[in-house]
Amino acid sequence: MRRLGPLLVEPTLEPSWTWSLTLSGLSIVGALLTAGFVFRAYGVEPLVAYRTLAEGTLFDARALPEVVRRTIPLLLVGAGLVLAFRAQFWNIGAEGQILLGAAAATWVALFSPLPPPLLIPAMFAAGFLAGALWGLVPALLRLRWTTNEVLTTLMLNYVATYAVEWLVHGPWKGPTMMGFAYTDTFPEAAWLPVIGPTRVHWPTLALGLAFAGFAAFLLGRTTLGFEIRVQGQNPEAARYAGIDAVRTTLAVACLSAGAAGVAGVGEVAGIHHKLLSPYQVSLGYGYAGIVVAWLARGNPLGAIPGALLLGLVFTSGDVAQVALRMPFRVTDVFTGLILLFLIGTTPLLHMRVQWAPQRGQPAPAATPVTPEGE
Amino acid sequence: MGLDGETVACYGILNWADTLARTPAFGLASPLLEGTHTMTDPEVVLRLCDIVKVFPGVVANDRVTLEVRRGEVHALLGENGAGKTTLMNILYGIHQPDAGEIFVRGKAVRIRSPRDALRLGIGMVPQHFLLVRRHTVAENVALGLAGTPFWRPLRVVEQRVRELAQRYGLAVDPRARIEDLSAGEQQRVEILKALVRGADILVLDEPTSVLTPQEARMLFSVLRRMREDGHGVVFITHKLDEVMEVSDRVTVLRRGRVVGTLPTAEADPRSLARMMVGREVEFRVDRRATKTGEEVLALEEVWAEGERGRPALRGVSLAVRAGEVFGLAGVAGNGQRECVEVCTGLRRAARGTVRVLGRDATNWNAKDLWEAGVAHVPEDRVRCGIVGNLSVAENLVLKLYRYPPFSRGIFLNRRAIEAFARQAMAAYGIDAPSPRTPARLLSGGNIQRLILARELSGDPRLVVAAHPTSGLDVAATQQVRTTLMERSRSGAGVFLVSEDLEEILNLSDRIGVLFMGRLVGTTPAESANPERIGLWMAGRDA
Repeated sequence: MRRLGPLLVEPTLEPSWTWSLTLSGLSIVGALLTAGFVFRAYGVEPLVAYRTLAEGTLFDARALPEVVRRTIPLLLVGAGLVLAFRAQFWNIGAEGQILLGAAAATWVALFSPLPPPLLIPAMFAAGFLAGALWGLVPALLRLRWTTNEVLTTLMLNYVATYAVEWLVHGPWKGPTMMGFAYTDTFPEAAWLPVIGPTRVHWPTLALGLAFAGFAAFLLGRTTLGFEIRVQGQNPEAARYAGIDAVRTTLAVACLSAGAAGVAGVGEVAGIHHKLLSPYQVSLGYGYAGIVVAWLARGNPLGAIPGALLLGLVFTSGDVAQVALRMPFRVTDVFTGLILLFLIGTTPLLHMRVQWAPQRGQPAPAATPVTPEGE
Repeated sequence: MGLDGETVACYGILNWADTLARTPAFGLASPLLEGTHTMTDPEVVLRLCDIVKVFPGVVANDRVTLEVRRGEVHALLGENGAGKTTLMNILYGIHQPDAGEIFVRGKAVRIRSPRDALRLGIGMVPQHFLLVRRHTVAENVALGLAGTPFWRPLRVVEQRVRELAQRYGLAVDPRARIEDLSAGEQQRVEILKALVRGADILVLDEPTSVLTPQEARMLFSVLRRMREDGHGVVFITHKLDEVMEVSDRVTVLRRGRVVGTLPTAEADPRSLARMMVGREVEFRVDRRATKTGEEVLALEEVWAEGERGRPALRGVSLAVRAGEVFGLAGVAGNGQRECVEVCTGLRRAARGTVRVLGRDATNWNAKDLWEAGVAHVPEDRVRCGIVGNLSVAENLVLKLYRYPPFSRGIFLNRRAIEAFARQAMAAYGIDAPSPRTPARLLSGGNIQRLILARELSGDPRLVVAAHPTSGLDVAATQQVRTTLMERSRSGAGVFLVSEDLEEILNLSDRIGVLFMGRLVGTTPAESANPERIGLWMAGRDA
């Protein structure tokens, strides 16, 4: 047990979930406070900024559907990354996998000979497969040559970005788009239905919720999930138990990358209805999904509140852009800060902190003694 | 007790927090070394007084008092988990006591880090050596050493190493590289490191666990010379014969408390064992001659590479028959680990054949070997044998989860898993609050019971047991040994690998010794004697 000012700190073996929730909350508050410096540096009074952002998102009925719409890709990516991270497969490549999913869906919508009723299912399937294949590459590299998947997945994001850039400037550039770097608009049969006047493309939302549930079931109730957990917690014990690392790694790589691909499908089929610049297809959902997965603390269902929170952050980015004239990328600063605080407070998960101010006893003034031999 | 990385990180943070709270900027007194109390007896160089240390769920030290005099070898005797290492970590500044005081040469001190400990003349020879393997002896001694000249510092260090080596009989070449030294020589380097830093209180943590009997005897003569020179030596061990052989006084710890301190001359092994365990100890497992059957395991001219790509096994041939215990002895690092791994599917054999029940099983994977009837009690039970964050129940089915009734198709049957866990916990006496308790919260003995319960659940034909009792308390040791003997009696072959020579001699029907990756010799247990096996372990043909 240690005393830190008025707090008593002692290590525990089992962090309670209330404590981990408290730490997540503190991380978000810490990120908010730190972001205040950024606002100040940008010439916006932090308190004014907080109020403007809150009014523009939480207290604005029109903004809430926007929060949900941003939640959709974050949920798919986040829940998938929970799976990957549980197996210690550090997939940082969701951004590229989203783009591959979006590109595959675009191909189905614009160039495939499929009858209209089959278009949407085929787009989702193609998006999942394309994302999964993109995730499979680093998984195979790791299994065959033990390359570090953090590097390969990250680098493949750039490959995907420039590939999409090339597609919309080159072969897929839409003749009807008057020289803009867009593809042609999808036929309406390839548009996802939305709820009322909002931009909430509910089929993708349903897929996201289902995927989070599926991932939780997979981890807890199936043999493959058991293998994933053993592999992630203790690879040596997995080897000893005869668990096939190839199987678990490929499974989590495909599932997490595939889910990101589906998120990409949702973005182009639900919102843009065309393929366009990679920076407009995904606003960094692939990276923000990492924060979602971290907030979820290993539970795929935890990705649901996590994604909602980050959805809120992204919507605040819109408000910051319009009302405060700040660049949208201020959201990256904020998500980065959350992640920093979350990782930074991880050691505290295994501490119990109690408020116990010390009474009376002034510390005795002692004279230091120099030992011999110095 | 074993600390996992996270726990260690916790303590790191705690120390940091503690330091922060004590910096003058935070307004609290910051005495590194307090000199408020003094003690007078000049013969007592070290006194630990009423030390209390609590870890979550365990009282590691409960008002422990220990006194070391000038010129004595003081044995600290206790089972694993008795609190010996914790106490020494407190003395060396790695842990801070929750209560109690430490006096060095009569002055009350606070030891906040190993650096403080060294400054006070306390040196530690750890159980697992902390040496840079690619550097020379002198370079290792010089690491972090203050007061060497800027130009050619090693010259001075080498000189000093030679002097001290000569004085205490610590034969070691200052220019040799650590990786070329034997375990015994590496230990001498650790002792020299402490001596060069002016340590006159030396703590040795289980120093003989890595030594051959011959090397142990050399160590004892070094300790005797240090005693004559007026050093105080604390000798941590759980081996009774070593206490009797080398110590002047002995303090016995049990479950974190001091049971007693007495002059070794007034002690005998039986009474010490009783103090250590709290009851009479049966020293022998009864051995019997049953008829042995077919060969369940046969290695034929097996070669395998070690960690750095060097050959660790060089043409090993041996056989384990049904109904017998084959004991493989050797000093650590002579190929035992690789041999076990080759037999259990964790390491490839570069050449040669591994047969299981007569079938060629060379380079089968762990799962296939398990299905062929090979059970494996791994050497590093915490790192490899369990998944700490999974529950006891999940760990019990770590290999069985693929088969009915524990899974149906791709779905786990949690009810069957839990029922099996309750049954196994009762049958093997695994002491855990519930089947859902994370396995890392279990004590070493209970972890080993869990592993045994799992490995023996499939009625294996061959049990490969690597160091099955190392670090276990007496009760668990006894249970593990009895269980292994029962298995061999009921027709399984047991391949026992151990560094505990006594264990090998007590349990085995036949004994083989590995040295530098070769089987130096095999002998039936009846005609084996420790002396001859000790020579084999040192690579000499007797």
